[in-house]
Amino acid sequence: MIAPVDARAAAIAADFPILAKPTSRGKRLVYLDSAASSQKPQVVIDALVDYYSSYNANIHRGVYEIAARATDAFEEARVKVARFVNAAHSAEIIWTRNTTEAINLVSFTWGMQNLKPGDAILTTQVEHHSNIVPWQLLAAKTGAELRYIQADDDGTLRLDDLDTLLRGTKLVALSHVSNVLGSIAPLEQIVPRAHAAGALVLVDGAQSVPHMPVDVQALDIDFLAVSGHKMCAPTGIGFLYGKRALLEAMPPFLTGGDMIRTVAYDTTTYAELPWKFEAGTSNIADAIAFGTACDYLTGIGMPWIREHEIQITKYALERLAPFSARGLQCYGPVRAEDRGGVISFNFADIHAHDLASILDLEGVCIRAGHHCAMPLMDKMNWPATARASFYLYTTEADIDVLVAALEKAAEVFKIA
Amino acid sequence: MDDFYKEYILDHYRNPRNFGHLDHPTAKAEDLNPLCGDKIAMELSVGSDGKIDDVRFSGKGCAISQASASMLTETLKGKTLEEVAQLSHDVVLENVGIGISPTRMKCAMLGLKVAKSAALGEIATWPDEAAT
Repeated sequence: MIAPVDARAAAIAADFPILAKPTSRGKRLVYLDSAASSQKPQVVIDALVDYYSSYNANIHRGVYEIAARATDAFEEARVKVARFVNAAHSAEIIWTRNTTEAINLVSFTWGMQNLKPGDAILTTQVEHHSNIVPWQLLAAKTGAELRYIQADDDGTLRLDDLDTLLRGTKLVALSHVSNVLGSIAPLEQIVPRAHAAGALVLVDGAQSVPHMPVDVQALDIDFLAVSGHKMCAPTGIGFLYGKRALLEAMPPFLTGGDMIRTVAYDTTTYAELPWKFEAGTSNIADAIAFGTACDYLTGIGMPWIREHEIQITKYALERLAPFSARGLQCYGPVRAEDRGGVISFNFADIHAHDLASILDLEGVCIRAGHHCAMPLMDKMNWPATARASFYLYTTEADIDVLVAALEKAAEVFKIA
Repeated sequence: MDDFYKEYILDHYRNPRNFGHLDHPTAKAEDLNPLCGDKIAMELSVGSDGKIDDVRFSGKGCAISQASASMLTETLKGKTLEEVAQLSHDVVLENVGIGISPTRMKCAMLGLKVAKSAALGEIATWPDEAAT
């Protein structure tokens, strides 16, 4: 029997033209790699086409009609994104290329301005490289220390010694949802403790903001980094949310046109927020389409999307469970409610890349490898994992195809 | 790719030939495929006649990278280091047969890249354009 929540996902899938196109082998495309990049609904594709074919112009200084229209659409998109994460002001949303650039912006500006030897940056053992490497470099440049919150094997953060780790910590940088394990960081516990210790909190929202309601004010997050392409928007656009007072006190990141108020031969004054951080012509079309993606997701309802992903994850875990007798291991929290829509696994002695190749023949797209989290893979002693990840358009039928493809892999590798 | 995972590929994957280490290798190298983290090390022993008389490889990774490296070790014996340095990707393709997709070519070529690096005494380039 098809649950109502799954029937709605099947209807939603029709909004995504790519999902109706068969693979070169004539298989139905079963896209289980949304944690890497989501598919795009027709409305988002249309928004790009509409901009380029109806009002393509540079923003902010044009006096003619289509320039004004482009400027309005661009700034309206910022308001939509601000509302999506419940920022208090749209000026607190800075457009970036992606999550990585948003994190680097904070590292290069706030980090260089505020960290000194003896200070610490605290992150976790489950982070994506994008939330490790910028802090390693910042620590090397400033003499600050980089510390890690330990994680259990299912990704649960060990918070018993958090207060010790927070001593001297100026910034806690952590992912909301792990891109490998799907584990969810308890921000409602960590943020108040970090603030009490005098530290700011930067949240990597790449795997949470697309999939569940995230309210920056309720969580009292200081910085939030997000990529558009994981939430139905085009590639090349993301944003940094920062509390207004923090952003105002920070020096600019990239410099040049657009981010200035006045320029003389010997001095420059900077534009006000958010433009102080947006040097050069912005990614206008993709920002506008990001706003459309927010409208689309809000129209469906983020609480519904979260509920659907719990249901589909539960279904997938149930369907995968019988394979455990043949050596399939799923990683991450046991309960679907405790995780995002991401399942990393290994199947007997089949390397994740071989598994992904065999699944590809069946039209099933999964990711295989280290998922840009090599320290975590080393810690777990996994050379690689296969990862299936879900989104609003993922249906139980997709999971059934995955299961059939795993049977095929077992056959190829002669796993009885 | 449908046909790739043949019996002999799985056999080399599960029972790799010349796996381990030499006590006194004449030349050695190791490398990884940055895309996936697969690692392979190759150790070569050269006899008094200038020809390779023993080979060991070690590493971890997918069936394609491990089976290709295992089969390559058998090919290397009897060759000089100069000959190994000159090997092209064809030697791997002949070993493993047809059917490697472009996305997996680097997996197949990793062992050869490492063997060539050992023979050259410096990091060798990827053996094939298709592998880059």
